[in-house]
Amino acid sequence: MPDLRELYQEVILDHQKRPRNFRRLEEANRAAEGYNPLCGDRVNVYLDVQDGVVRNVGFQGSGCAISTASASMMTESVKGKTEAEAKALFERFHDLVTGKSAPGAAAPGLGKLTVFSGVRDYPVRVKCATLAWHTLRAALEGNDKEPVATE
Amino acid sequence: MKTAREVLDVPALRKDFPILSQKVYGKRLVYLDNAATSQKPRPVIEAMERFYTQDCSNIHRGVHALSERATRAYEDARIKVQQFVNAPEAREIIFVRGTTEGINLVAGSFGREHVGAGDEILISEMEHHSNIVPWQILCEEKGARLRVAPINDRGELLMEEYEKLLGPRTRIVAVAHVSNALGTVNPVREIVALAHSRNIPVLIDGAQAVPHRKVDVQDLDCDFFTFSGHKMFGPTGVGVLYGKAQHLEKMPPYQGGGDMISSVTFEKTTYNKIPYKFEAGTPYIAGGYGLAAAIDYLDAIGMEAIGEYEHGLLEYATRAVSGIPGLEIIGTAKEKAGVLSFTLDGIHPHDIGTILDQEGIAIRTGHHCAQPLMDRFGIPATARASLAFYNTKEEIDQLVLGLRKVIEVFG
Repeated sequence: MPDLRELYQEVILDHQKRPRNFRRLEEANRAAEGYNPLCGDRVNVYLDVQDGVVRNVGFQGSGCAISTASASMMTESVKGKTEAEAKALFERFHDLVTGKSAPGAAAPGLGKLTVFSGVRDYPVRVKCATLAWHTLRAALEGNDKEPVATE
Repeated sequence: MKTAREVLDVPALRKDFPILSQKVYGKRLVYLDNAATSQKPRPVIEAMERFYTQDCSNIHRGVHALSERATRAYEDARIKVQQFVNAPEAREIIFVRGTTEGINLVAGSFGREHVGAGDEILISEMEHHSNIVPWQILCEEKGARLRVAPINDRGELLMEEYEKLLGPRTRIVAVAHVSNALGTVNPVREIVALAHSRNIPVLIDGAQAVPHRKVDVQDLDCDFFTFSGHKMFGPTGVGVLYGKAQHLEKMPPYQGGGDMISSVTFEKTTYNKIPYKFEAGTPYIAGGYGLAAAIDYLDAIGMEAIGEYEHGLLEYATRAVSGIPGLEIIGTAKEKAGVLSFTLDGIHPHDIGTILDQEGIAIRTGHHCAQPLMDRFGIPATARASLAFYNTKEEIDQLVLGLRKVIEVFG
């Protein structure tokens, strides 16, 4: 039986209660909206990208603890990264939460994001953990025509 | 006064449901997701097995013994359904896949004939997506307008507003008997009377009503009533549309194919009589067997007894969760059936669902296919515990303990 504390780690609960960079970025030059039709979670990701580098990032929305904490920690981890680095980080994060890679193996570069490794025991919650990341990728690719859906 | 416990012998009834005795994550299963689907008693499972082990064949055309048996059983199921909802005639009972298909059939056939540009269809704020989207599709096709009757903060229809919305262009009224997300029991009999006084036909979405209360379509006088087998302890994939014969006979077919025709040439096809006109293709025969067994099972217990027991259990549950700090019940209508929807301050329903699951408690979290209703209450989702007659006070106590654990994790 998976341990609940593995899923709801202190860091995750902290970010859920006090999400970082939880604001609309006035200087944003890229943005996208994400939506999880399964549970109604919504997230808007705002980026200020200069010379291929994510200078600043913000988000807004409503969602469960996993999706809010994931969005919050994502904003911290991609700030200062190049577009390619940010996308690569999503790939590794995705492998971590879907259980494609062992927590240890995926750890290089993931840093604090490894607290989401518990999600791999809760397949229905993978979409919560990746919603903000899907939205980030859409924003980076300039795909802001319609909301990104996880379904 | 009788206590809830005396109305039904729940421990004995629970033994009829093999699935309920299992453990989940080492904990006894507490199944409180009955509005999504209900569990199946052994007689239902055995009836479906009987079709596949003894009678499996196609119906309505075979000349052999198996086909004759299966045809008789399937048509007997239709008669059982007729009696279950007190329809005047068995030919007014159309087998469909479920409530969703029943509504789509009426929208696609009756609706297409009767709704034109500038006409209106009246639904309500608390409808399930399946009683919104088919009408939206029809409105888009015809240039008609979807009108939405408002509700109050308790989740009750505002009947004065409702009556005002029944206008000269209203062509159809569609309304839930019982709300899947709030549990509100709507005054459908009154709605039918109001609509009929203006010659407007009424469809009732009865999916959440039939498992909890006695339904009499003649007493309601509705034009259409539709429900799903799987929410009333029968199989998934089979449901019922009741329609008044006077409507059904005039309605064009919904799907073309085998079984729904009298004769076919490349020049002209003559359609079969009702109900077969609306039953193209080989139906879900085993589903018919299962549904008939579910009706027998419910009849043996008695819908009145079920309603009375569940009413007591819902009151118990409402009182029990009311003491939990930060818990708000969504849907506090005077008359409710089977559903306890709620939010916990600062904790997303999805997280509530995951933690309760670890305790072996199955509830539903999310928008319950009623997003406009969630918007009405200004919330993204709720957690919903939904009851059946096999649920107990002990299970409600487990739920309360589980919710206290949720608060502990997020405390």
